[in-house]
Amino acid sequence: MKHLLIATALLAFGITLKAEDPINLLNVSYDPTRELYAEFNAAFAADYLKKTGKTVKIDQSHGGSGKQARAVIDGLKADVVTLALAGDIDSIADKGRQLPKDWQSRLPLNSTPYSSTIVFLVRKGNPKGLKDWGDLVKPGIEVITPNPKTSGGARWNYLAAWGWAKKANGGSDEKAQAFVKDLFAHVPVLDTGARGAGTTFVQRGIGDVLLAWENEAYLAVKETPDAVEFVTPSLSILAEPPVALVDKVVDRKGTREVAEAYLKFLYTPEAQDLIGKHFYRPTDPSAVAKYGDRFKKLDLVTIADFGGWAQVQKLHFADGGIFDKITIK
Amino acid sequence: MHFRSHSVLPGFGPTLGITVLYLSLIVLIPLGALVLKTSELTWTVFWSTVTDPRVLASYRLSFGAAAIAALINAVFGVIVAWVLVRYRFPGKALIDALVDLPFALPTAVAGIALTALYAPNGWLGQLLTPLGIKVAYDWKGVVVALTFIGLPFVVRTVQPILEELGKDVEEAAVSLGANRWQTITRVILPELWPAILTGFALAFARAVGEYGSVVFISGNLPMKTEITPLLIITKLEQYEYAQATAIAVVMLVVSFILLLLINLLQHWISRRRA
Repeated sequence: MKHLLIATALLAFGITLKAEDPINLLNVSYDPTRELYAEFNAAFAADYLKKTGKTVKIDQSHGGSGKQARAVIDGLKADVVTLALAGDIDSIADKGRQLPKDWQSRLPLNSTPYSSTIVFLVRKGNPKGLKDWGDLVKPGIEVITPNPKTSGGARWNYLAAWGWAKKANGGSDEKAQAFVKDLFAHVPVLDTGARGAGTTFVQRGIGDVLLAWENEAYLAVKETPDAVEFVTPSLSILAEPPVALVDKVVDRKGTREVAEAYLKFLYTPEAQDLIGKHFYRPTDPSAVAKYGDRFKKLDLVTIADFGGWAQVQKLHFADGGIFDKITIK
Repeated sequence: MHFRSHSVLPGFGPTLGITVLYLSLIVLIPLGALVLKTSELTWTVFWSTVTDPRVLASYRLSFGAAAIAALINAVFGVIVAWVLVRYRFPGKALIDALVDLPFALPTAVAGIALTALYAPNGWLGQLLTPLGIKVAYDWKGVVVALTFIGLPFVVRTVQPILEELGKDVEEAAVSLGANRWQTITRVILPELWPAILTGFALAFARAVGEYGSVVFISGNLPMKTEITPLLIITKLEQYEYAQATAIAVVMLVVSFILLLLINLLQHWISRRRA
């Protein structure tokens, strides 16, 4: 009911604004992109004004990636979605039929202008000596991660752990499952989103290690350098948060042209510099060169190694899937 | 409306009409939609959804914690109401107003505040952790949050009855030789039982459906500290709308039966006294 109300309110909002001069875009994104898009939107608006003489105003919505996808399916008028994983945009294509199923091939690099990975955030000085995934299941270690059922970031956490354990055990999926089960037995609190898990770890002081988006971990270290520090495991996952325009919405609102320009701007050197500045891994060579030493080299498995999101969703995270099995004794 | 046509007060027809319309719009139609959505499921899927071990564990926590919280509120609510009615003291108006505050506060704010207090590094958590008592991220935290949001109910239902009761009844009991304990158990409490039960039922019903404050303090671990409303949200997040409503329907039916039993009990107590 609540998202319906929000959708109605936003719709009414959209209608009143349509009569006015500036073009309005709504970017529905996931939790940790707040800072990035705040700055990116300003840069895009300035660039668009210079090139076309038109004023564009961008509204942002942030929340757990799955929750945001559901809001769009239920009628939130998003011109563009910039979510934590392709699976969530697939859901919008499948269940909401608001964009074509081949949306990911419409923009360069699988519609992924920036990437990230999953790292560890530990207490200052790393008192428990946590270096790699294997250390997280030692007796007495408490691990903080959000719930993979509700959080996009947590799905990446889960898959990164699986990827490491599979490689460490000579490619055995059974042993990987046993490891992930063991790992989740060390989780004392399951928050619903990445920001909530961050609060539990940093502010509430729960747990020895937080499994976090690389950019979130950097932010936490920047904000509380005396309390936490960064650990890069030997292997993690290439997290690809893709972007797409929502055809049904942009065609109805007549914002296709500006929405396209908005997404393409993400690939320009100027935007890529912002991306690197906000601790996402850029794809543009000059930004990679500038921020490269910030991002440690590590082995990265990809979602393709797991057979793609549709497969992963069905096997691991659907009701009765592996995640359900390993969390119920 | 023949069976009530002899009423001396006019206006029964229109007021009943308005009542039915109002209840339909506000309560029955949304609930009907809920049941309709659930009926998309086959019987087997419905049954396996609502009897999943994880869902069963969440019923135990939601109903159990709600009952404990309502009991705590019943006991302390009567005491608070008693103090507010029977005594005069400075700051009484302030305390009276304080009672309603849990209604006004957004529950998420309450949840975050309670978690900050009871977390192992919080003010209260720091004192409790060395004693081996874990409140936040445990079922006890759920009880704390539910007690907080249910506080006003018993106080507000018992207060007017106590005001009406008057001191003279107690004085009469004492002058007829009753000691204090007898005055309380034989004279005052019997008058209060129906109001206490109403307050208990309201606090219980409110607590069963509570989501906002609990998710922050409970830790949300499957099988351990996951409340039913959170499972419903999780199902929604996975686009399993029919399964989400199925669990909601079960919650509603159980709540309805429990509330009906409490009402019957109340009725029985009033009848026995009459």
